[in-house]
Amino acid sequence: MFNYNFRWNQALNSLPRMLEGALVTMEIALLSMAIGVSVAILLTLCRLSGNRILSAIATTWVEIARNTPALFQIYMAHFGLGGFGIHLSPYVSLLIGIAFNNAGYLAENFRGALKAIPETQTRAGRSLGLSQLQAFRHIILPQMLRIAFLPMTNQMVWAILMTSLGAVVAMNTDLYGVTSDLNARTFRTFELFAIAAVIFYVITKAITLSARLIAARLFRY
Amino acid sequence: MIEIENVRKSFGALEVLKGIDLTVAKGEVLTVIGGSGSGKSTLLTCINGLEPINSGRIKVDGTEVHAKSTDLNKLRQKIGIVFQQWNAFPHLTVLENVMLAPRKALGMTKAQAEEVAVKQLTHVGLAEKLSVYPTRMSGGQQQRMAIARALAMSPTYMLFDEVTSALDPMLVGEVLDTLRLLASEGMTMICVTHEMKFAREVSDRVAFFHQGVMAEIAPPDRLFGAPQHLETQKFLAATH
Repeated sequence: MFNYNFRWNQALNSLPRMLEGALVTMEIALLSMAIGVSVAILLTLCRLSGNRILSAIATTWVEIARNTPALFQIYMAHFGLGGFGIHLSPYVSLLIGIAFNNAGYLAENFRGALKAIPETQTRAGRSLGLSQLQAFRHIILPQMLRIAFLPMTNQMVWAILMTSLGAVVAMNTDLYGVTSDLNARTFRTFELFAIAAVIFYVITKAITLSARLIAARLFRY
Repeated sequence: MIEIENVRKSFGALEVLKGIDLTVAKGEVLTVIGGSGSGKSTLLTCINGLEPINSGRIKVDGTEVHAKSTDLNKLRQKIGIVFQQWNAFPHLTVLENVMLAPRKALGMTKAQAEEVAVKQLTHVGLAEKLSVYPTRMSGGQQQRMAIARALAMSPTYMLFDEVTSALDPMLVGEVLDTLRLLASEGMTMICVTHEMKFAREVSDRVAFFHQGVMAEIAPPDRLFGAPQHLETQKFLAATH
């Protein structure tokens, strides 16, 4: 019944390829966060704008991103858009899918953070002659990003893990894709995926720890 | 010159200013006293356009504050306002707090803004605190920083909205000293305050507000010495 022979050496020989995949995974996660944070700020501004159409667009985005599976979002970015004749590579669709998800979750985090900042902060800025946008950019935004820093770290971790969903769009250069390819050729399933899991763990742990260091350096007040 | 003509202002059904007429000349120090809800703080936020008004007119150096064509960001550069809650920007050091508006609203270079900020912070006695974050300071120090922050825009007018009301009694003195200093330098000031002794000492005129009306306005000796209006008499009797 239990006659599986572990062959770690064979699997470990593939480690360099898997590490290359890990780099792609980190690259996608980082890019998706950069896009996600920027879009989330825009969505937050849309919600604050008081403009009904902008606000409705932002709310719809947040609702879809938070209440449908990430898998579905990535699938739509590839095959859904493909239906309209927009054909994106697996890499780009995975990136867009994750960025879409990030933006939705982060926009909601930002909204919570905004509530923690007293309205008098904007008032003080405006009374000094700053425009609404300047007050947001120089007074509100930095405080908002500080409050939302921990949730942003969580989202970054989640972005790393979400790259594995690239499987549904035939992504084969990220950590999951590479591992899956190697598995198809060698059938060292347990070993390969165990190694991949360890790499995922090390990456996310490194992110959490470095986020703590960055926070200590960045937020001295 | 600040000219206030028949200004009315309501919050919903509640009318907080019921037709205020008041002119403040350059170099004048006007203090406004009165009970809570008398409309005195609201008047200040109307003067710099933070609050809209329902009718009447407010003109600052001839510019109508609430006219659609008025560039409020520009107008506010000459009207400094300091609130009861000092609203320090917690993510910026004391120096950066004061440098922000000169850089972004006036377009000064970093070096220029720093020079102005250091000068104003020295003026209010915070030269030693430049690189400190405001939350590490006392309320009195934060309030003086807020005053320096407003002064760094080189305003023509300064509005003070109960700037000592949220302070520990021990810290009131240092802030009032800063206001006295400004008054002695000829700054045009409107101070809403509950500090009667201070009002008596620094004011050219004192206005008493009661239920949205300016019941009485007179030089301090007369207003405190021989108040004409019944409500002024009652108020002063209660606060002394």
